[in-house]
Amino acid sequence: MARALDAATAPHGIDRYIELVSPTWSTTEVRGRIVGVVRQTSNTVTLTVEANRNWHGFVAGQYTQLTVEIDGVRHTRCYSMATSATASGRQFELTVKAHPNGLVSNHLVSRARPGMVVGLTPAQGDFTLPGQRPERVLLISGGSGITPVLSMLRTLCAEGHSGPVTFVHYCLTAGDLTYGAELSDIASRHPNVRVIKIFTDEPGAGDFDGFVSVAQLDAIDASWRQAETYMCGPAPLMSAAAAIYAEADLGIRLHTEAFTLSQWIAEAPDVSGAIRFTGSGTEVRSDGRTILDQAEGAGLTPKSGCRMGICHSCICPLVSGTVRNVVTGVVTADRGQDIQICINAPVGDVEIDL
Amino acid sequence: MNTAQKFQLTDADLDSLGEELDALRATFVADLGESDVAYMRKVIKSQRALEVAGRALLFAGFLPPAWLAGTAALSAAKILDNMEIGHNIMHGQYDWTHDPALSSKTFDWDTSCPAESWQFTHNYMHHTYTNIVGKDRDIGYAVLRISPDQRWTPFSIGNPVYAALLALMFEHGVMLHGIDIEQLRSGEKSWAETWPTLKAGLRKSAKLLLKDYVIWPLATGPMALTTLAANASANVARNLWAFTIIFCGHFPEGTYEFSMEETEEESRGHWYFRQMLGSANIEGGPLFHIMSGNLSHQIEHHLFPDLPAHRYAEMAPKVREICERYGLPYNSGSLSKQFGSVVAKICRMALPGRGRAAAPGPVPSFPVPVRRGSAAIAA
Repeated sequence: MARALDAATAPHGIDRYIELVSPTWSTTEVRGRIVGVVRQTSNTVTLTVEANRNWHGFVAGQYTQLTVEIDGVRHTRCYSMATSATASGRQFELTVKAHPNGLVSNHLVSRARPGMVVGLTPAQGDFTLPGQRPERVLLISGGSGITPVLSMLRTLCAEGHSGPVTFVHYCLTAGDLTYGAELSDIASRHPNVRVIKIFTDEPGAGDFDGFVSVAQLDAIDASWRQAETYMCGPAPLMSAAAAIYAEADLGIRLHTEAFTLSQWIAEAPDVSGAIRFTGSGTEVRSDGRTILDQAEGAGLTPKSGCRMGICHSCICPLVSGTVRNVVTGVVTADRGQDIQICINAPVGDVEIDL
Repeated sequence: MNTAQKFQLTDADLDSLGEELDALRATFVADLGESDVAYMRKVIKSQRALEVAGRALLFAGFLPPAWLAGTAALSAAKILDNMEIGHNIMHGQYDWTHDPALSSKTFDWDTSCPAESWQFTHNYMHHTYTNIVGKDRDIGYAVLRISPDQRWTPFSIGNPVYAALLALMFEHGVMLHGIDIEQLRSGEKSWAETWPTLKAGLRKSAKLLLKDYVIWPLATGPMALTTLAANASANVARNLWAFTIIFCGHFPEGTYEFSMEETEEESRGHWYFRQMLGSANIEGGPLFHIMSGNLSHQIEHHLFPDLPAHRYAEMAPKVREICERYGLPYNSGSLSKQFGSVVAKICRMALPGRGRAAAPGPVPSFPVPVRRGSAAIAA
């Protein structure tokens, strides 16, 4: 049916017609509509998103790539679902924290409202609970890294998991805590669940004080070494915990989700770094020239045309890193964005799909 | 004497011209935003609505008013699709939005030429090497003699007939344009190298033929024949319109052509200079500009091919002012004037010799009284 409709609407395809009737209608793309907006703290927003029929659920711990449009330009960022994965239906919840200079996070925190349409991808990521649930689980999160770990906690509770679950959450102050009431409620209704809140900048306010350490883990849960640990948070927490687990020879028990802050944008042109062409697997040290010149220097033959930025023949997606337009000086670090490689040069390490 | 010398422009003048146009570009780039996207989405929505309405009306194609209205709506939809939407999106004018529906990488239009082939011949070859005889294949589309610098052969006598045929079959002409017949003829390119481009073009054509001449006629059941006639009419109407507008872009009297020698190692300023002198505008109202894909602002389009075309009208007075200051012609005229001069040229070029302009165009005679740009004044 969809194929016949596509043939009758060639070359655009039926999606380009039905989306004009309702922006979430599509036969292939995952899109969603924001149906609930709650601001738990002054710099976060918790969104309830209802996805269209192309959404096929998620596993606790996974994320979706959310696309929003800001002043006519689409931007995509990864956010983890916070809801229990057992819930049926196509609704889920995301919590977004406004980062300084974070374009998308600030936009959502200040502007998100019910009815807003967003682009989504199918759930992805392998930071997930194994199908065979571990007997003993330790969940550690920091700041807005709470969402995938909370999804695991909610999922285990919804499934009636009976093994001991310890949930440790770090944030700066009590005022920064999201989901505080719900966490207390979960702990009171599930005798196997312990919830520990630690406010690193507010001594005495939480269940424990200070940064993660062996002594602190020992005090929280004497048998933490026997637990499968799932952790998501900012880099300092992640590296400190990873060091502790490595020291105790428990690296295999620690499962983490890299927590990406708003993408880094270089202040000044920095030509040092590596360019990795992900399509061909080629990697070269950057010499500061345009990506097209350097790709050709590396023996690749990318499609190109005018070499002056007018014909758009050479556009390729930026996989990661930052590039600078040598004509306008504009710096870009949006992942997945198509860039004109004939007039963009790398700033630091970059990956290009070429 | 090269063209820049005819206008008494030094390299420094050309550089300052380039800087002024770069600065103009930058002010528009900085201003791009929601209103541009909203405009293009509105045009797309209107186009889709016209298309759906046109196809729906043809279910009642036995009623002459319904048939006429359906055909007109479908013709307008195809024109909008090709001109204001397809041509402009495929130029990358909306790539900055990162919306896949507005991306030059993914968009394809309702015409036989596949997006990728057109992006090569048009975005790259034609827009980079505009009006360079021997490099810009849009000069005559390999079948017409449109410039006195093209050699006359007895074949040229058929010029007006070829032009009429090209106008009727324009979408297929553009599709076949992807194959470089000159290179094929000279043996520079083999059939094996050409075949993939032709295959892609034929496949795309087949898809559209299936849609317009099989699927929709059958869908309208007993109205199959009237629907088929309507769809064919809409395609031809679009072909004639696109041919008219596009031929007014570079061929009217008063547009300049350039030699390969004078454009070797050319500066950015000279590139701009060549784009301005090689293009011609058509005057008209807002709806005319939309239906022509804003190619009626051919000069602005050639200066800034990847900026949203609906902004060209805003740029035009600024570009005209710059032209005046540098003593350069700004070729602009009504559709009848511009197209009339193209038709006259096509007929004239059928005959041997360089041909004389029927009416003197806005070509300044030499020497030109020039009011210079700031760089020259400083000198």
